[in-house]
Amino acid sequence: MKALVYVGLKPGVLDPQGRTIARSLNDLGFGEVESALQGKVIELDLTGDDLTAAEARVVEMCEKLLANTVIENYRIEMRAE
Amino acid sequence: MQTAVIRFPASNCDRDAAVALEKLTGRKPLIIWHRETELPAGVGFVVMPGGFSYGDYLRSGAIASRSPIVQDIKAKSERGLAVAGFCNGFQILTEAGMLPGALMRNKNLKFVCRPEKLTVTHSNSKFTSKYEAKSEVVFPVAHHDGNYFADKETVGRLEKEGRVLFRYTDNPNGSVNDIAGIVNEGGNVFGMMPHPERAIDPLHGGTDGIDLFKSILETL
Repeated sequence: MKALVYVGLKPGVLDPQGRTIARSLNDLGFGEVESALQGKVIELDLTGDDLTAAEARVVEMCEKLLANTVIENYRIEMRAE
Repeated sequence: MQTAVIRFPASNCDRDAAVALEKLTGRKPLIIWHRETELPAGVGFVVMPGGFSYGDYLRSGAIASRSPIVQDIKAKSERGLAVAGFCNGFQILTEAGMLPGALMRNKNLKFVCRPEKLTVTHSNSKFTSKYEAKSEVVFPVAHHDGNYFADKETVGRLEKEGRVLFRYTDNPNGSVNDIAGIVNEGGNVFGMMPHPERAIDPLHGGTDGIDLFKSILETL
């Protein structure tokens, strides 16, 4: 199974990269872009088949390493595949 | 006084730190590999050096902060061990939870490398006692992720408790309140983005960093 971990900056934390992306899109004629937030996706291949138990472990991974919760939020998507 | 410098994969200021410590203590510091699990007995001051540990993968300092030796240093710092982190070392200390806040991408997205003017906010700390309060010093900076951030409450507490020891006079990275260096609640763990260890010899272009080392070494 797989876990997709999305890590991004918390609301209220200035994201200079996102701001630059939004401005660049505006310059390219995409005036409807009001803001952009840049984050990252970490894709984990996991052994086992218990999605619920695996997700609890992935939460632990996020808290211990994958996200810095001082500035970042994370969201987990589990896939059986 | 026995001192130590921790070496991580892709540390690159470990030698600068070692030269500074040897010059000021007259004794070679121990160079300790990050896989070690325990600091040797008798080490009184530890420097986390600058560099790009683990290629800044994931987040600057994140992977290094989880290495075995850091867990031992963290535990000992809670019992008073003196620790200083410069540049990547500062990032490692925040990632390890030994100092509050985080170092984010510079506000203008540029890598900044230049001599930087700083103000010593006060001299009532273990790391600044040899400086005159409000004096100006010049340390080099060289970083991409030096934008100090902490939530309002944390910044308020740092300010109120006098834990901001250095401030930029011309903020190069967007750090909140121009914060360049902070100390922990116990006053024994210090981190800053600029490099005092690269300002200890006239050939460096200045020697303003000497008093920082003298300040902390004198307390040991």
